[in-house]
Amino acid sequence: MTQADFDFLRTLLHLRSGLSLSLEKRYLVESRLGILCRRRGISGLDALVRRLRLDNDRELEGAVVEAMTTNETLFFRDRMPFDMFRDVILPEKLAANVAKRSLRIWCAAVSSGQEAYSLAMILDEIAPRLAGWKIEIVGTDISAEILERARAGLYSQFEVQRGLPIQLLLKYFKQEGDKWRIAERIRGMVDLKLHNLLESSEHLGQFDVIFCRNVLIYFDVPTKARVMAALSQRLAPDGAFILGAAETVIGITTTIVPDKQHRGLYRDGRSSRGQAPNFGFAFDRPKSLVESGSHI
Amino acid sequence: MKYCLVVDDSAVIRKVARRILEGLQFRIAEAEDGARAIDACKGEMPDAVLLDWNMPIMDGYDFLRTLRQMPGGKKPKVVFCTTENDIAHIARAMHAGADEYIMKPFDKEIVASKFHQVGLL
Repeated sequence: MTQADFDFLRTLLHLRSGLSLSLEKRYLVESRLGILCRRRGISGLDALVRRLRLDNDRELEGAVVEAMTTNETLFFRDRMPFDMFRDVILPEKLAANVAKRSLRIWCAAVSSGQEAYSLAMILDEIAPRLAGWKIEIVGTDISAEILERARAGLYSQFEVQRGLPIQLLLKYFKQEGDKWRIAERIRGMVDLKLHNLLESSEHLGQFDVIFCRNVLIYFDVPTKARVMAALSQRLAPDGAFILGAAETVIGITTTIVPDKQHRGLYRDGRSSRGQAPNFGFAFDRPKSLVESGSHI
Repeated sequence: MKYCLVVDDSAVIRKVARRILEGLQFRIAEAEDGARAIDACKGEMPDAVLLDWNMPIMDGYDFLRTLRQMPGGKKPKVVFCTTENDIAHIARAMHAGADEYIMKPFDKEIVASKFHQVGLL
């Protein structure tokens, strides 16, 4: 691939998805777009770039973006954010929203669905306490192809063994040959939508909790600021925002601020709290998990 | 340093598991069947057992049931690691007192994830 072709692809990806590729990521472009070329019968990267330059083919541009933005994810990835959701955020939101009995969660860049389904499993474990509540988990992604995977809820043996406790595999998955399909009732809890984080998200409404983990790391600073500005507008007053462990809002935004007690948890900066309120209670751990001694 | 007993009739699997677990800072002993594993547990009760299902003399399932009846036998975290990948086997193992279950083939990430789940890491 020539430098000119690489630069063209970098610009295209940045404009379409905000993805910021450093020069060292050339190998990643060659490897991922090489697969795309083979799948589509395109002779090579130079031919791909030629078609993109001349044909103004929006569908092909979309496929390039998909190929470069699809990233692996895990059930209960990094565990801590999910412990925090169950033990800190949920008790807080259920107390705060008791009058309207509704809770809205957004998984921005949901990929193949594991994060959203992990949250759905946590909520299902306390389902009796949520009777009469309207719970919505919205998962969005820029890739139509990866959303189809998420909708299918079908995972390989490797995927269900990283992060997912065996008790939850037994409880929520059905074996189909050498794959595992997540239960219909868990899939039904997650509303999956195609959405580009660079575009307006007003139509999605407001959320009590936003998970946007390991997404910002792919953007340059101006794009991070733009995405964070859009996302924080969708955060309800006193909402909770969860970023990846390696991500920060320093120099990006002041509309959400770090929680002083919980790493990775951010608060609505407009309410100038930055600290979890003390409601004087916490959730018991789900019985099945306590008994098994496992942690999620 | 935590102590893990690796029980598998395949020397290759034991070697791979040893390398992974030593990398996770475990002290390792090996046994090639359930009966030898019981003898090892009588000598020193491990913190963890990585356990195959199908083995000669005493299989993993019988080993687990015997272990759980021994004095101190409820202490070790037992993680099955087997080619028996169907849901019925998994449910049977958990019912018999296993703590986690690895379906072969496995890699370091899966072992670490499962050991993490049961509080060994």
